[in-house]
Amino acid sequence: MNWAEFFSMGGYGIYVWGSYGFTALVLVANIIAARHKKQKAVKILKQMMTLKQPK
Amino acid sequence: MWFTKYAAPVIFYPIAGKFIPWLGGITLVLMLIGLYLGLFVAPTDYQQGESYRIIFVHVPSAWMSMFIYMVMAISGAIALAWKTKLSEILASACAPIGASFTLIALVSGSLWGKPMWGTYWAWDARLTSELILLFLYIGFMALEASIDDPRRASRAAAILALVGVINIPIIHFSVEWWNTLHQPASVSSISKVGKPSIHPSMLAPLFIMFIAAKFYFATAVLMRMRAIVLLRERHSHWVTGLEELKS
Repeated sequence: MNWAEFFSMGGYGIYVWGSYGFTALVLVANIIAARHKKQKAVKILKQMMTLKQPK
Repeated sequence: MWFTKYAAPVIFYPIAGKFIPWLGGITLVLMLIGLYLGLFVAPTDYQQGESYRIIFVHVPSAWMSMFIYMVMAISGAIALAWKTKLSEILASACAPIGASFTLIALVSGSLWGKPMWGTYWAWDARLTSELILLFLYIGFMALEASIDDPRRASRAAAILALVGVINIPIIHFSVEWWNTLHQPASVSSISKVGKPSIHPSMLAPLFIMFIAAKFYFATAVLMRMRAIVLLRERHSHWVTGLEELKS
């Protein structure tokens, strides 16, 4: 099997790779969004704490 | 009860933090094995050619879209009955992940439908009920976001999630109850000679991708829950005393 044949997926390449690509995109985006939410929460909490205890 | 100890946000937060990297690592390894078996080892389908390989992302996503909905509705019900904070947080963290899997199931299904049926979309029972599932997830998130008090928001959203449970058996049985364009289940069906109608070399990657999706969900849901816990518990001593907030 050569790579060109593999990527063409018997003529269904656009559908197969479209599905796999979209899946990867959504799954990665979800993890990034979750990380972002956590970092935002930490940032808000840090601001809250510096407001409470002025030096 | 013994498990109520783990249901306390103060206990949950550090334990979940320790589990996340491991769950994420297992997810990656399983996905790589599943992709290898699905793309290189599994043979070409005699009816659908190579296009059937979409099954390895489509079917696990469709299963997860329903499974996560049930987790969300059940934890919402527990939150309504016992007012447990962590079950409200779990339900809330499930919604965006479940919506993502629903979207993947719809898009990959549509990309499979085009070459096999000649159309990206049809208003058939299976497709329409899956689309309604996406709207239920979106409705859950919109309702939650529209109420300021997070605990009241969780309760209202939990009621919506419970009403929407009716859609789950409809999705599941739609291919049996109605004459749909969607093919019937391949995995659970048994052929006339008493063997599963799907070959083991195709079933193995499907099963591994399904387990990978479960681990992915566990990883993503714990990450989201930890962020929500921090915000909701921001006035507690254990949060303000966290090492990661100093500096």
